Amino acid sequence: MNGLMTGAEAGFPILTLLTALPVAGAVIALFSGRHARGVALFTALISLVLALVVWTRLPADGTMGMVELHTWAPSIGVEYHLGVDGLGALMLVLSAIVTLMSVDAAHRVHHQPGLYYALVLLLQSGLFGSFTALNFFHWFLFWELSLIPAFFLIKLWGGPKRGPAATQFFVYTMAGSVALLLAFLAVFLSTGSMDFGQLADMAANGTLAQKVTAHLGAVMPWLAIGVLAGFAVKVPLMPFHTWLPNAYAEAPSPVTMLLTGAMSKMGVYGLLRIALPIFGPQIAAMRTPLLVLAVVTVVMGAWAAAAQKDLKRVFAYSSVNHLGYCLLGIFALAVPAGGAAASTSLGASQAAALNGVILQMFNHGITAAALFWFIAMIQMRTGGLRGLNDFGGLRKPAPVFAGLMGIALFSSLGLPGLNGFVGEFLIFRGVFPLSWISATVSVLGLLVTAAVILTVIQKVFAGPVPERWIQFPDLHASERMALAPAIGLMLLLGLVPQLIVDTVNPTVVNLLAHWRF
Amino acid sequence: MIEQAVPFTPQLTASPIAEILWLIPAVPMVAAGVIALLKQPRRTAAATLAIGSLGFSLLLSLVAFGHVLAGWSNQVAVRETVNFTWIQVGASTVDLGWVLDPLSAVMMVMVCFVGLLIFIYSTGYMAHDENFTRFFCFLALFAGAMLGVVIANSLLLLFMCWELVGLTSYLLIGFWYQKPSAAAAAKKAFLTTRVGDIFFLLGIVWLFNDTGTLLFYDHGAGSMEGFALAGLLSHHVALGLTVAGAIGLLIFAGAAGKSGQLPLHVWLPDAMEGPTPVSALIHAATMVAAGVYLIARVYPLMSAGMPLIRAGAVTGTTAALAVVTWIGAATAVFAALIAIAQNDIKRILAYSTVSQLGYMMAGLGLGGVAVGMFHLITHAFFKALLFLGAGSVIHGCCDEQDIRRMGGLKVDMPLTFITYAIGMLALCGFPLVFSGFWSKDGILEAAHSGAIQGPFYLLVFGALLTAFYMTRQVSYVFFGYWRGHHPAHESPGVMTVPLAILAFFAIALGAIGTPAWPWFRAFLDGRSAAFNWHGFAEPGLALLMLTSSLVVFLGIGLGIWLYGGKSPSPEEPDVLEKATPWLWAGLRDRLYVDEFYGATVIAFYGWWARAADWLDRWIWGGIVAAVAGFFGLWAKFNRLLDMHFVDGGFDKTCEEIATGGGLLARVQGGRVQIYLRILAIAVVVLAAILFWSSRA
Repeated sequence: MNGLMTGAEAGFPILTLLTALPVAGAVIALFSGRHARGVALFTALISLVLALVVWTRLPADGTMGMVELHTWAPSIGVEYHLGVDGLGALMLVLSAIVTLMSVDAAHRVHHQPGLYYALVLLLQSGLFGSFTALNFFHWFLFWELSLIPAFFLIKLWGGPKRGPAATQFFVYTMAGSVALLLAFLAVFLSTGSMDFGQLADMAANGTLAQKVTAHLGAVMPWLAIGVLAGFAVKVPLMPFHTWLPNAYAEAPSPVTMLLTGAMSKMGVYGLLRIALPIFGPQIAAMRTPLLVLAVVTVVMGAWAAAAQKDLKRVFAYSSVNHLGYCLLGIFALAVPAGGAAASTSLGASQAAALNGVILQMFNHGITAAALFWFIAMIQMRTGGLRGLNDFGGLRKPAPVFAGLMGIALFSSLGLPGLNGFVGEFLIFRGVFPLSWISATVSVLGLLVTAAVILTVIQKVFAGPVPERWIQFPDLHASERMALAPAIGLMLLLGLVPQLIVDTVNPTVVNLLAHWRF
Repeated sequence: MIEQAVPFTPQLTASPIAEILWLIPAVPMVAAGVIALLKQPRRTAAATLAIGSLGFSLLLSLVAFGHVLAGWSNQVAVRETVNFTWIQVGASTVDLGWVLDPLSAVMMVMVCFVGLLIFIYSTGYMAHDENFTRFFCFLALFAGAMLGVVIANSLLLLFMCWELVGLTSYLLIGFWYQKPSAAAAAKKAFLTTRVGDIFFLLGIVWLFNDTGTLLFYDHGAGSMEGFALAGLLSHHVALGLTVAGAIGLLIFAGAAGKSGQLPLHVWLPDAMEGPTPVSALIHAATMVAAGVYLIARVYPLMSAGMPLIRAGAVTGTTAALAVVTWIGAATAVFAALIAIAQNDIKRILAYSTVSQLGYMMAGLGLGGVAVGMFHLITHAFFKALLFLGAGSVIHGCCDEQDIRRMGGLKVDMPLTFITYAIGMLALCGFPLVFSGFWSKDGILEAAHSGAIQGPFYLLVFGALLTAFYMTRQVSYVFFGYWRGHHPAHESPGVMTVPLAILAFFAIALGAIGTPAWPWFRAFLDGRSAAFNWHGFAEPGLALLMLTSSLVVFLGIGLGIWLYGGKSPSPEEPDVLEKATPWLWAGLRDRLYVDEFYGATVIAFYGWWARAADWLDRWIWGGIVAAVAGFFGLWAKFNRLLDMHFVDGGFDKTCEEIATGGGLLARVQGGRVQIYLRILAIAVVVLAAILFWSSRA
């Protein structure tokens, strides 16, 4: 059997180009003053085109494509190793879309626009790099690199409490990264490799655990915990999420779009690309406590959203809840080999759950980014107001606004026919047979989320219009044009999810064939 | 009387009409999309599009119905399916599809026909509303979604359309969104039905996992067909409940939410906040019946493992059907009791709908698909008639809804009165002439032949209550003398003509379900039906018909005795209130179910939300703050060491403070660097430990 991350070499280094392009754009944006937004828009657009090219030219069998492999620093096991499969390419497309949306949403950056857009583009480069790297060193570089622009974007352009929020965000994620780094240091010292593919293959045939144990003793579970900690903070998994509401609330809304739409997916991606293939048996051994935390994330995330009075915090917690379904699917499918939950339908359930997780990553990215975009527009129209009780009856002066935001809200609610439903359905379809208790408790999250979102609609859009919002401006033509693709995508992917699944499913099959728990 | 079974030839390959069946829901949906893009002033275009699209669907439904009917008269059991793959997951697929069989054919004709009449009626009723265009957009979307539920051959497709129906119901209840009560009612409806839906979703994924498909019929491989059902029956969950029974109960939870069964009925009366045509179409005739239709659709699952089904006669029960029966019967009585003490004309009808849905559920549980579905169809017509009649009354009385402020309208609104009276008599089950009598009688007959008589007595009592509260309502509204402010006037023709058509069917539909010619049952069950006068003469049946007639006469008689011709002033307490104030107060306040939920479920929701928030702020956030505080202290300690022992000298520090900002500000501003420094040191130390231990 071929290794997990072997695949077709690229004739043309498109992934390198894709990662380098935003950096070049950032440099130009930095020095183009008030034209910076145009530069950023153009760069983001080209990136999206390139990402779509990558997406359409993936190998049909779900293995790695566009592979670039060069020696870098062989003495410490570092190679320049890039490649994407359906999962990676989908994340590239998502990052490109969300960046484009974010740049589009950031209309009025008065304070140092050049720096702002340069940082956004750098962040995009960090995303691209971490979604394509197949060597730990290289991956970690970009994983950390994406943090720095995000930190400064919050710190310099954020809300009144931006300082502590940015610091908390940075330090918290950093602490997770340190755990991650140490775990991989241990793995490297034991095996001499940092290549994800080689490590996954070693894990699959059991030599990884042998080598690590021979070198360092019985530390494999601790290494798995270290790796999980890094990702748990990023996604986040409760209770490692406390940085998130503050960071999401204090960041300027276009940056929040990037944080929730794309950066939160880095954690889920890491679980799928790194944690499960390399530490599968260890994670499977901790499955029950991890499932408990995932269920807590789903249910308490939704409930915490119900207690918020600030729209951004509402959707921040709602994001925790939505990504909780991804964690639920991931941990549920890590069934210990030969365990009680293993049955004849195991493969089908795992495939459903994993497809659901990947769809949910993409769909949540689009929907959450759109929601924060709408909040940005509300703030722009009201001088920064975003309290749940600041509005009322906005449907009257702004029917199109209400209608389009309503679509995004119902997508978030998981209404069938819109994109949010498909991933959640597949996750529940997969999780129920694997851990029926988790699935049964987690459906509460669906109910509470519905209550939260309908409350938002009720408080913001229904009821009598207060005097001061009678002139609330509806979406104008350019805004409608900008939003239309996102809303169209929600409808399209809700009705024809096969558009994505066609490419994702072969990757899912390939991944599941290689993973060992 | 049941005909002997004649084995019909199954017709499974899809005919051309079955191939294009998807157009029936698709055309109204597309129309809704187009209307959504129209500007608000394009009223005529919107109404034309909506009515035209539904008219098209009606035509297509009639052709499809004709096809099934032609098959039936040639002794062919039509069950044509068209299935396709929606998503490919791993090695398996998620399939969707649609089905043309007697059940879907009957239902789609009813939905299109009643829907079309209500669409036409709405052009009159909503004529003065500023959001006329949007109203027709939602109506068309609703019709499309509902028809999707009807033709679905996949539990997943049904669920998807089911949720869309829920969405349109939400939008239409909250149509007058500027009224806070309407917005609240819309939210309540969506959330209450979603409580049922999360169980429904669990049932779906369970069924999917255990049978590998969500298609109902797939040439023997569907989830409602023998092989899959046998598999579901072979496993038990607990207490002797089979997997089939457990999944059936989960699905029934969804149906109970949509169809307003106990304990999820609370949303339906509040849904009357919507415009009256919406109440007629969605919350009386079609959507709320979707739950009943769902149970009819998955009846093979609900009844799997039943001792014996012989020639359509049900002679046994399963755990799932027993629950359906008891919930249905209890709901029938419970809601009828509350209806007695309501004074809002639409709320009385709303509770009546809840009660009648209980009859349908009980009919399904006791007598099978045909019994429940027959009542569904007759009820759709006479309840739509009653709601539209109520709408006409409200329209004629200048938006008055309190029946104590009406009276004597039989003179002012003669057409409305006659049609309303027909609807009322059909609802009461007035003997022989009215369709409601025959459909209700079918349910009572099935209940009477059941092993346990409890549901039968409940349903008979419910029939008495029904006759009583409807008589009270009609006496208050149409008899006595006028107690309102503005003089009442008859509604325009665009509203009264649909009333007349519905009234015709409220009578005529009875003809297809009498014991002498049980055509409806035979059609659904795939048997031939012959006309036979002796059907009436079967001794048990005749006695039952007599009993139910007497009950109806008793109810109407009581109503006339207490309320007939009297027109008490609105302030005066009700006759029954004077007699038993405590009972009346309980019924008037809807037996405190809403208050109970407020004190339990809603309170728990709020309390738990605050708990989640508190945990976040103080426990998880507190731990983080403590860790951060520790590092901060350590940083200060380092700084002190720096200043006093390394840099040496207090003077220099004073200088520093004097020249460049406060010490505290420096610590605050420098915190990131301090953190990073600490982290870097920690990393180096740990790396060294790892490195050395690996070499040892």
